[in-house]
Amino acid sequence: MNNQGKKSFWSNSAVQSITASLLCILLGLLIGYIVLLAINPAGATNAIVTILKNYLTYPSPKAALKYCGNTLVKTSPLLMCALSIQFCYKAGLFNIGAAGQYTVGAGACLYAALAWKLPWFVCLLLACVAGAVWAAAVGFLKAYRNVNEVISGIMLNWIGLYLVNMLLTGVKEGTSPYTEQISSINPAGMLPVFTPLSGPMSNKYVTIAIPLAVIVAIAIWVVLNKTVFGYEIRATGLNMNAARYSGMKEKKNVVMTLIIGGAMAGAGAAFLYLSGFEQWSVTQSSVPGMGFNGIAATFLGGLDPIGTIFSSYFIQHITSGGAYLDKMIYPSQIADLITSIIIYLCGFVLFFKLFLNKRISARRQAQTQANANDTKGGGQA
Amino acid sequence: MTLLIQYTLLFAAVLMLVALGGCFSEHSGVINLGLEGVMVMGSLGGALTMKYLPAGTPAVLMVLLVVLISMASGALYTVLLGVASINFKADQTLVGTAMNMLAAAAATVLVKAINLAENPDNVSSAIQYGTAKKAFIINIGNFQFNWFVPIAIVLLIASYVILYRTRFGLRLMACGEHPQAADSVGISVFKMRWAGVLISGMLGGLGGIVYITAGVSEWKFETGVAGFGFLALAVMIFGQWKPQRIALAALLFGFFRALSNVYSGFAMLAALKLPGTIYNMMPYIISLVVLAFTSQNSKAPKAEGIPYDKGSR
Repeated sequence: MNNQGKKSFWSNSAVQSITASLLCILLGLLIGYIVLLAINPAGATNAIVTILKNYLTYPSPKAALKYCGNTLVKTSPLLMCALSIQFCYKAGLFNIGAAGQYTVGAGACLYAALAWKLPWFVCLLLACVAGAVWAAAVGFLKAYRNVNEVISGIMLNWIGLYLVNMLLTGVKEGTSPYTEQISSINPAGMLPVFTPLSGPMSNKYVTIAIPLAVIVAIAIWVVLNKTVFGYEIRATGLNMNAARYSGMKEKKNVVMTLIIGGAMAGAGAAFLYLSGFEQWSVTQSSVPGMGFNGIAATFLGGLDPIGTIFSSYFIQHITSGGAYLDKMIYPSQIADLITSIIIYLCGFVLFFKLFLNKRISARRQAQTQANANDTKGGGQA
Repeated sequence: MTLLIQYTLLFAAVLMLVALGGCFSEHSGVINLGLEGVMVMGSLGGALTMKYLPAGTPAVLMVLLVVLISMASGALYTVLLGVASINFKADQTLVGTAMNMLAAAAATVLVKAINLAENPDNVSSAIQYGTAKKAFIINIGNFQFNWFVPIAIVLLIASYVILYRTRFGLRLMACGEHPQAADSVGISVFKMRWAGVLISGMLGGLGGIVYITAGVSEWKFETGVAGFGFLALAVMIFGQWKPQRIALAALLFGFFRALSNVYSGFAMLAALKLPGTIYNMMPYIISLVVLAFTSQNSKAPKAEGIPYDKGSR
């Protein structure tokens, strides 16, 4: 009886996903630890603990809570990017362009807030529109011109970066490469603070972005699992020809999916930049990593919106933790290294699940065989 | 003008090498989206070789070693792709993306660690190779002739011959078109795909070192290779997976990339007073336009991207 209970436990797909993700994390951390050991064995253990502790390195609970807020502030855009990639992945599209959609979202909301002095909700909306337009280009090229969405996505990432740098040069501080502070130029452009959290955390950057991102995650779960549109998206992702054959407008669905995904990535950028936590540097020469880390979060979250909430937090937790490393000994990019190893390992998850299911069904077969033999034996006696 | 030709040739050589790499991998049936990461790893291997070889090394030896080590590091890095996508049937897009991120992070960490070990105040991610680079350059009057260009041309001819005139090449392409049929006549699909992936690693790695030595004498590994691996894939698609066409496509893209380096030297272009950003965006915009018009009748290998499963015969 006990054996049977165990069997059904492992064949549960949620259990398999969580186990696989935990294994990816463990292996990723292990490899990261080995790299730390190779660089400087003396402080390696301390360093990996620092990455894992993140804000908990602060001894006073008040400070820890405040910096926990900072991690949350950066988790919300990451979650939005992860959801964007996930939503598109369900339709069979690898939205690596989320990084570029995030970039143009940042450009749109910052320009609207600083140059036009618009209120925050208009800036947020414009960020969504910018992201959606950027993604729509990928969608049209994919659906109607058969262009691989990964290549067009990357091209648009770079075009977006150059455009945004050019656009935001008009609203940067006189002497620094950073955009002006929204709080001093246009206070109405700031996202409202989320008082239930920002008060106890005494962190003014904790805005409504955090609950909003979680709500979006739940909404995406509902859309994917409980609506006709979600069903069509998943069907298109599983087999585009079958979807077309059964009367779904698969081209329209491809474009729509990307537009929604792009809007989410754009909103993610607004969630960060309208909180005033960061300013855009107009001299930056690479596309922000948020969109790429989103890939890690979405696959680590087992391609499930709710799971992605937790995985996004984890990825951001170690990324922020990496910043606390002693820069004189260890490069902070160790955290990026761990994240990318985790993504790589996520590639093996499908194989892992197949392997597990094969083992389970083989064992079950052996057991039924044994049971059948037993009853046969019993009958004879 | 000579400067423009010089840069066009160099960037065309980069794009052609990397695109040929992609070509080998895709003809064997594996999409190598990790070429960007392969370039980073190849350039890292080459740059470290240039850094550590003693100053008096003869030019020929220097060129040879840098080329070989770049190719070897690229090939070594593609083992990650081979294991995951051939042996474990992983999602090739996901693995390629992971490889690009991993290469950038790993190269930055490694170079920073080396710099820190040499000098605790040096937290940069740059490697200098200004003096070593001179081994690659022969000055003919005003024109700087770079050894990488003839090497690339030789490899182009070799790729053509291997793909279309040898048993190995034809078998490789069979595995990308119809692996089941190839298997049924006794070709090992796994071996062929591994060969395709490793060759793409060598060519991609060589492309990486050519790229970072093209205009500058130090490279910050934090910046990666700015989407060049993907531009090369666009070149490959524009070239319809055929070496001779890839070479022409690479020249076109190389020209636009070179313009962004030297546009200010042309009175006519400088008079237009366009911001430099426009020239930086040019290769990416051109590639989008080109892809929009050439992807429809794509001659892509039919079985690319699909893991081979012996059971599906």
